[in-house]
Amino acid sequence: MKSLAELAEIRERMKNKVVLREGGNDMRVVVGMATCGIAAGARPVLNAFVEGVNREALGDKVTVTQTGCIGICQYEPVVEVFQAGKDKVTYVEMTAEKAEKVLQEHIKGGKVVEEYTITNAKKA
Amino acid sequence: MIRAQVLCCGGTGCTSSGSPKIQAAFQSEIEKQGLADEIKVVQTGCFGLCALGPVVIIYPDGTFYSKIKVEDVAEIVSEHLLKGRPVERLIYKEGAEIKTDENGEVHASLNDTTFYKSQHRLALRNCGVINPENIDEYIAMDGYRALGKALTEMTPDQVIETVLASGLRGRGGAGFPTGMKWKFASGNRGNVQKYVCCNADEGDPGAFMDRSVLEGDPHAVIEAMAIAGYAIGADQGYVYVRAEYPIAVKRLQIAIDQAKEYGLLGKNIFGTDFNFDLSIRLGAGAFVCGEETALMTSIEGKRGEPRPRPPFPAVKGLFEKPTILNNVETYANIPQIILNGAEWFSSIGTEKSKGTKVFALGGKIKNTGLVEVPMGTTLRHIIEEIGGGIPNGKKFKAAQTGGPSGGCIPASLIDTPIDYDNLLAIGSMMGSGGLIVMDEDNCMVDIARFFLDFTVDESCGKCTPCRVGTKRLLEILDKIISGNGEMEDLDRLEELSTYIKSASLCGLGQTAPNPVLSTLRYFRDEYIAHIVDKKCPAGVCKKLIRYEIDPEKCIGCGMCAKNCPASTIVRTDYVAAGHKLASMKIEQANCVKCGACMSSCKFKAISKG
Repeated sequence: MKSLAELAEIRERMKNKVVLREGGNDMRVVVGMATCGIAAGARPVLNAFVEGVNREALGDKVTVTQTGCIGICQYEPVVEVFQAGKDKVTYVEMTAEKAEKVLQEHIKGGKVVEEYTITNAKKA
Repeated sequence: MIRAQVLCCGGTGCTSSGSPKIQAAFQSEIEKQGLADEIKVVQTGCFGLCALGPVVIIYPDGTFYSKIKVEDVAEIVSEHLLKGRPVERLIYKEGAEIKTDENGEVHASLNDTTFYKSQHRLALRNCGVINPENIDEYIAMDGYRALGKALTEMTPDQVIETVLASGLRGRGGAGFPTGMKWKFASGNRGNVQKYVCCNADEGDPGAFMDRSVLEGDPHAVIEAMAIAGYAIGADQGYVYVRAEYPIAVKRLQIAIDQAKEYGLLGKNIFGTDFNFDLSIRLGAGAFVCGEETALMTSIEGKRGEPRPRPPFPAVKGLFEKPTILNNVETYANIPQIILNGAEWFSSIGTEKSKGTKVFALGGKIKNTGLVEVPMGTTLRHIIEEIGGGIPNGKKFKAAQTGGPSGGCIPASLIDTPIDYDNLLAIGSMMGSGGLIVMDEDNCMVDIARFFLDFTVDESCGKCTPCRVGTKRLLEILDKIISGNGEMEDLDRLEELSTYIKSASLCGLGQTAPNPVLSTLRYFRDEYIAHIVDKKCPAGVCKKLIRYEIDPEKCIGCGMCAKNCPASTIVRTDYVAAGHKLASMKIEQANCVKCGACMSSCKFKAISKG
């Protein structure tokens, strides 16, 4: 270790790996991963979020986690986005591609992708 | 990409309750279920709730599982890690509300439990959070930044000023201001050989916070010792740790090797002209080697015996060179103080005791383990809230702090805010932070005898007051608990204690009578009961208790006789009214007072008095 810069470099590199344990991220992406969700294809959706969050280095802001059956099995895979001080957003019939769009527009951009939400699915 | 982590406690407590097997089971089950790319198993240091081991925490949600068995692992992996449904029956939920949200999702985070909620973890901040065998994880938690800051932005005097201003006092026992120690040793930098030592010879029965720091966050100690080396102008450090701590020794060695590899120990650290090296010295587990002069004598390779002070170690210490010696927990606070500043640290705690203190909770308490609270927290809060209270609905009687050097705090003083000076004022001491809780079933004379028995064993024998004096104290106590005491013995105990305290060479002898004096001060009536009434009110001292069978209640079933290991229960001729068989009787002469008869009697015919 010859410089503080080297130390800082290791710290930045490692931060994402331990940040999971600090909790308290203000955004939570929850993927329904019960039997129904998995059968409907929730695994690739979860993977897409996990990879996307990592790629965009959002690890210290966004937590990706999974949950059990929400009770709307016909709409699976279901993804919910929780954010402090805002209403919960529920996305339904998700795919890995849709996940990417949610990641870019909602999670990064702050704009809800209305067309995938449960409100729109019910109308349709 | 790792989306979840399984943290398995690898502290000594959980290791002995089987955590290595649990960790291996998680590893293989995760691979079996094809989750190896997204879930990582990490071995960490102690979480503090040792009574509930093996413990596992799953992040990011922070779910805390306790008393895990190998059979439970597959269920946790498939239910929680794959499907996201925490296995509720295994979650530790004392005090934490299990929240079920509108979706039926279960939340129970470790941080919500009463055990953790009011803790303030500074010295233990990384224990149970990082993998202690991976220096990168320590660096990610701001590790070695304090060393970098000290070396590149601060002069050695500024470092000492900061430690001084923080108000940090030694966590190993006496509570001497750490910054003062450093200042005394700081003269003549660069011209004389100096040493930095770490006292990890944790000897108080029941205290294990130093072990936990070394096992869970060894780099914090290494970083702090390097900072201390810079402050006083030393280039060599020694950690004196007892050989009974194999996991701590192993992890510390791994940590030292990694720090050397990264150049955080060695020559020209951070490109400056500061050099610092560190080695481990193993102790053989003699209690006296926790005393500073005995410890340094032992590092020198000689028999661990204390020597008179002055000269103090800051003037003539290890190998007769200026030396500073601090305890593990003290060091664990240093990097935080350098990083966050003296003001931040001194804002925590009480006027004269700053920061936090780790206590090892033991005895009659629900949550046995390690807790870290701000100085000034009341004993009541630690015992009733964090510790979960006394099991089996028993009444709190006293708490023993400071181990064999400390004293008892009676129930009437349970609201005392705990800090160095308050404890001294009520006849106890902080010591290293052992906190043994006692209920109505503990005999205070017996407790005093227990600690004295320990010091008699551990006295090194160099000075007479300690070697002979403690032995005489023990003999008087033995006389009292066997029913042969006289009231004059109480005066003898007090007189002899005073002599031992004032005439002993080192801290061991100077504090050895404390358990006797403090129990005499608060529980004199129990001593009197032993002497005058020949009774042990708590029913502990065997020579003073008697088991009796009530012939009117005894139906003569003979269960007691069957269970008596001394075969000293016989049948009488007496048949009580309404009973068919003759009653039983204990022949007192051969009774070993084990109580097996009483617990085997279904008719409550046997009493203890």
